[in-house]
Amino acid sequence: MDALLPDRFLGWFAARGWTPREHQLALLGKARQDRSALLIAPTGAGKTLAGFLPTLVELSIGRAPSSPLPLWERSTPEGRRERGEPRVQSPVAYPSPQLSPTREEGAHSAHSYVVSTGRGVQRSRGLHTLYISPLKALAVDIARNLETPIAQMGLPIKVETRTGDTPVSRRQRQRRYPPDILLTTPEQLALLLSSDDAPFLFSSLKRIVLDELHALVTSKRGDLLSLDLARLWKLAPQVRAIGLSATVAEPDSLARFLVPQRDGHSEAADIVVAGGAAPPLVEMLDSRERLPWAGHTARHALGEIYDLIKRNKTSLVFVNTRSQAEMLFQDLWRMNDDNLAIALHHGSLDVGQRRKVEDAMAAGKLRGVVCTSSLDLGVDWGDVDLVINIGAPKGASRLMQRIGRANHRIDEASRAVLVPANRFEVLECRVAIDAVAENAQDTPPLRSGALDVLAQHVLGCACGEPFLTDELFAEVRTAAPYAALTRTDFDDVVDFVATGGYALKSYERFARIKQDSAGRWRVANPKIRQSYRLNVGTIVEEPMLKVRLVRSRGGSGSTGALGRGGRMLGEIEEAFIEGLVLGDTFVFGGEVVRYEHLSEDQVYVSRANDSDAKVPSYMGGKFPLSTYLAERVRNLLDDKRAWNALPDQVRDWLSLQKDFSRVPGVRELLIETFPRANKHYLVCYPFEGRLAHQTLGMLLTRRMERAKMRPLGFVANEYALAVWGLGDMSFMIRHGKLDLAALFDPDMLGDDLEAWLAESALMKRMFRTAAVISGLIARRFTGEEKSRRQVLFSTDLVYDVLRKHQGDHVLLRAARADAATGLLDLKRLGDMLSRIQGRIVHRELEHVSPLAVPVMLEIGRESVYGEASDELLAEAADELVREATS
Amino acid sequence: MPLLTSPCGEGRGGVTQGSLTLTQSFIAIPIPDPSPQRGGGKQSHLTIAGISLVADLHGALFWEDQSLLVVSDLHLEKGSSFAARGVLLPPYDTVATLSRLAAVIARHDPRMVIALGDSFHDRTAHERLSSPDRAAIAALQARRDWIWICGNHDPALPSDLGGVVASEVAIGPISFRHEPTGAAGEIAGHLHPKARVTTRGRSMERRCFACDGERAVMPAFGAYTGGLSIRDAAFAKIFGTPGFIAHVLGDHRLHSIAASRCY
Repeated sequence: MDALLPDRFLGWFAARGWTPREHQLALLGKARQDRSALLIAPTGAGKTLAGFLPTLVELSIGRAPSSPLPLWERSTPEGRRERGEPRVQSPVAYPSPQLSPTREEGAHSAHSYVVSTGRGVQRSRGLHTLYISPLKALAVDIARNLETPIAQMGLPIKVETRTGDTPVSRRQRQRRYPPDILLTTPEQLALLLSSDDAPFLFSSLKRIVLDELHALVTSKRGDLLSLDLARLWKLAPQVRAIGLSATVAEPDSLARFLVPQRDGHSEAADIVVAGGAAPPLVEMLDSRERLPWAGHTARHALGEIYDLIKRNKTSLVFVNTRSQAEMLFQDLWRMNDDNLAIALHHGSLDVGQRRKVEDAMAAGKLRGVVCTSSLDLGVDWGDVDLVINIGAPKGASRLMQRIGRANHRIDEASRAVLVPANRFEVLECRVAIDAVAENAQDTPPLRSGALDVLAQHVLGCACGEPFLTDELFAEVRTAAPYAALTRTDFDDVVDFVATGGYALKSYERFARIKQDSAGRWRVANPKIRQSYRLNVGTIVEEPMLKVRLVRSRGGSGSTGALGRGGRMLGEIEEAFIEGLVLGDTFVFGGEVVRYEHLSEDQVYVSRANDSDAKVPSYMGGKFPLSTYLAERVRNLLDDKRAWNALPDQVRDWLSLQKDFSRVPGVRELLIETFPRANKHYLVCYPFEGRLAHQTLGMLLTRRMERAKMRPLGFVANEYALAVWGLGDMSFMIRHGKLDLAALFDPDMLGDDLEAWLAESALMKRMFRTAAVISGLIARRFTGEEKSRRQVLFSTDLVYDVLRKHQGDHVLLRAARADAATGLLDLKRLGDMLSRIQGRIVHRELEHVSPLAVPVMLEIGRESVYGEASDELLAEAADELVREATS
Repeated sequence: MPLLTSPCGEGRGGVTQGSLTLTQSFIAIPIPDPSPQRGGGKQSHLTIAGISLVADLHGALFWEDQSLLVVSDLHLEKGSSFAARGVLLPPYDTVATLSRLAAVIARHDPRMVIALGDSFHDRTAHERLSSPDRAAIAALQARRDWIWICGNHDPALPSDLGGVVASEVAIGPISFRHEPTGAAGEIAGHLHPKARVTTRGRSMERRCFACDGERAVMPAFGAYTGGLSIRDAAFAKIFGTPGFIAHVLGDHRLHSIAASRCY
C-alpha cells in the first residue's frame, strides 16, 4: 500500500521539523477509502491542515485515486500516465504569487493546466474542493494560510475565496473558470447553487470541507447548509465531506450531517478524534472582595481582573453581553494607570473598528481585549495566554471553546480564570470547572430543519434547474436535519413558495413559481430570481440603527437642525433606543454618549461629560444556562459535603438558607411564599434559564389572575422566578384555596400558552424572522435600496390577521417551532414541569430567604442602572440581606 | 336633522361619468348650529372646532348629533396589491378590515358613513374584491348614506360600489378631506398617525388620533396599515408646533398624551 503522504509532503513536514499528526493521517486514510469523515479536535490541533491534506495530496498527484480520470487529463497527451503516478509540476511554472487568491482576471489562461478541449474552448479541470466557513474573515484567513504550504511545496493548486466582498467580475470568472479550491460561506454556496451554471460548476467536485461545524449546525444557517449539501450530493455524487468540529456532546448525530441520509436509515460519516491535547488549567478567581448577591458586572473584582491582565502577556476577557463589555472596558480604563493596551470588541461595533482591533491583536500589540461571543469563533491568534471569563459560563462546551481561544498550541495547556459576578454564579463556575475537568460536553442536539429555511431553499432551487416535486422531496430528505420531514410539510412549503399557501386560493395568478406541462417547477419571472439572490441567507438581524457622533446642540427640547454626518460609531438595536428618552445617556463604543436625535435609520449622539450613564439593561445574553450545568448546580446544592469547595461567603449563604428555609433537592421544585412591604411573593427555583422562566412567569401570572390572586408582576433570572401580587398566597395555600400542583401543572402549555401567544411580542418577532427567511417579505429590494423602515406594512399586523384567519399556516408553524427552542424555550419548560410533578416542596416563610435575595434584587432593575442606581440597589440589597439573615 | 339626500338621490348622483366617478365633487351640508360640547372631560370624546365627537377605540370617529361615522384609510385589498408585486401577504386583510368596520357600525348604527379616502389600496383594488367582500360592503351600506372620499391611492372609484364619491365633504364647521391641509375644522386621514410612548424603560407603539382642538388627523383603519410617527415633520406642518395631543388607542380606553411626550 502506498504511503498516505507523498514524498513531497513528507519532505515539507520534515523541513519544518514536524511530523504529520495521527488525525491528519487518519483523515488521509478516510479519503483514500472514499469515506466522509468528522474530525473532532480542540483548537490548535492543526485541524485546518488536516481538513485540506487529502485535497492537497490529490491535487498534487493529479486526481483522486478512486475517481475516474478528470476531463482535463483525458484530453491531454499526459493523460496516458499511469494511475497514481505523481504529476510532477515544475515549481517554476507555478510561482507562488500566481497562486494568490487575490490574483485578478485573465491570469488563469497562463496556467498550463488549463488545456484545450479541442474545440477552441478553454476549460480548467474544474472545482475540486469547496471549503465552507461560518465567517467570511475566516475563509480569507484560511486562504492565506493554505498558500504557504502550497507555495513551499510548489503545488499546482489555485485557491480563491468567494464572499460578499468579492468583485462581480471575479465572481463571474469563478463560475466559468473555477479554482481548484474555493473558500466561501453557506450563503454564497446557496447563491452558486441557484445559478444555471451549478451543474457545470459542481460536477467535478470531490471534497467539501466544513469548518467550525459545531457552530454552524446550531442555527438556521446549518439548516440552509444541510440543504445545499443535499443539492451537492445530487449534482456530484462522488463528493465526500470532511467536517471540522470542536468537541460536542453527540458526535454521532453530528456525523450524520456530513452524508446523505437514506429513507429509514441513519447514515453517518466516520469519526476521527484528535487526542493529545493538554487539559486546560481553569480556576475560579478567589476574590478578596465581598461577593455580590446579584448583578452581572463583577465590579467587585475589577482590581483583580486588571492585575490578571497586567501579569499576563495577552488576555481575552469574555463577557456575556455587549453592555457588560462596554461597562467593563470603561471601568478598566478608569484604573489603567499603566496605560496597558486594552481594546474592546463586540458585534455592534463598526466593522472597520473591529478589524483594527483584530489586526492589533494579531500583531501582538494588545495586552487585553474585552469581548463578547463575537470572538468565540474566528481567526487564530497564537499569543493569547489567558482567557478571563466574566460572569456565568452558561455551558460547559461553550466555556471550553472559549478557553480554547488561549494558547493555540495543542501540547500546552490553555489557561483560564473564571470570575463569578454573584453568588449563584460561583456555583455555576464551580460545576463548570468540574465539567471541563471531566471534558463533559453539553452542546445542543442536532436541530430538526426549519420550514422557513426550506421555503427559501425551494425558491432557490426553482431559480436554477427546474425541479419535480417528488425528486426534490427525496433530495431534501437526504439532509440530516430534514430526514424526518413529512410530505405534508414539504407540499405546504412548495405551496407557500408558489402562491403563499393560503386556504383562500386567490393568488394563483400571482404565483412566484409555476409548473410546466411536465410538472417541473420553475421561477415565474426573472424579477423573482433577482429578489431571491438579494435576500438569500438566514441571519435576520434585530432592527439596527446606525449610531453617529455629532456635536451636542446643548440644552434640551430644542428641535433645531443638528449637524449631519458625524463619525459612525457602530450600530445599536432599535429596541434599545426605543426605550430611551431624548437626552438619556448610555455607553457606546467605550464612550458615554447622549441621545440627541433619531432620523430614519440613524441615531445621533453627542459626547456626554457625565461619568455615569444609563447603560443598556442586562439582557442576560443570547444563551441561557445549559440544562446540563443547571443539573450540576442542583446536584451541588444537594450535596452538602461538596459545599466545602466553595468560598466561605457562599457556604455561609447556603447554610443560612438551609436553616431558614430549605436547599432545593435535585429533582424537586422548591417554592417559597412570604409577605414583604404589603405585597405577597412566590419564589420558585426551577434552574432552567431565564428564557424558560420568563415564559413560566407569563403563564403563571395568567393562572394566578384567574385564581383571584391579583398578581402584579414577575421577574426571572437564570435560576429562579419571583411572582408578586396582592393576594396572600401563603394563606391561600395553607387553607387549601390554592393548589400548587395544579398551578404548576403542565397543562399550562395548552390553552394558557395559546392565549398568551396570540398577543406575545416575542412571537411576533419570531414570525417576522420566519417571514423574512421564507421570502414572504424582502429585506433588500431590487432597484433602489430601501431601508427596513420604509417597508410599507408591519409584519405584526400581518401576524394578527393570519393567526385569526389561518392559524395553521406554514409560517405560523415555523414561528411556533422556533418558539419551542428559542426565545420562549417551551421545550425546556415542558420538560421541567413534567420533572417536578409530585415533587413540589412548599415553604411558608415570614420573610425573604437568602436564596431568594438574588432574584428579588432583579426587581426594578430593568429601568434603572448605572452608578446612582447601583447605590439605590445597594441600599435595597442591604435591606433585603438584613431581612434574610435576621 | 340634516341628511345627505340631494347629491345622491339614489345612492349616486350627477357626479358619475362613465363607470368612474369624478373626484372633483364637493358636498356641503349645512347644519343649524354647532351643537354644544358634550361629555366634557370624558376621555373618549374629541373636540374639533367646537364639535364633540366620540373617538371609537377601533380608530373611528362618531358624530352623534349627525349620526355620522367616519373611518379613514381602509386600504382594502392591500394584501393582493402586494401579491401582484410578488409579496404574497395573506389575502385576509379585506375581510379583517370589513369585519372590524361592521363591528363599529353595529355599535353606533350611524345614518351616514364617510370613508375618508384611501379606502382601496390601489386604483384597481376594487376589481379584486371577492364577491363575499363586495356583498359585505353592500350590506354595510344598506339603510344609510355612504360617502367615499377620494384619496391618493383611490383617486377614482366605480359607480357599482354603492355610495357617493366625493373629494371633500363639509358638514357645518367641519370639513372632511383625505389629505390634511391644516385648515381649521378639518378632519383628515392620509398620514396614519401612530405614537410611541415610553415609560420606565418600556415602550409601546399604538395608532392614535392627532388633534389640537381645531383639526384632527385620523388613524388608519385598515388591517395592514402601519403608521407614521406623530413626531414626523409632516405633522409639524399641519399643527405648527408640537402642541397637539395624541389620543392613543389603548386596549380599553383612549389615552390623551401630549405629542411632545411621544416618539
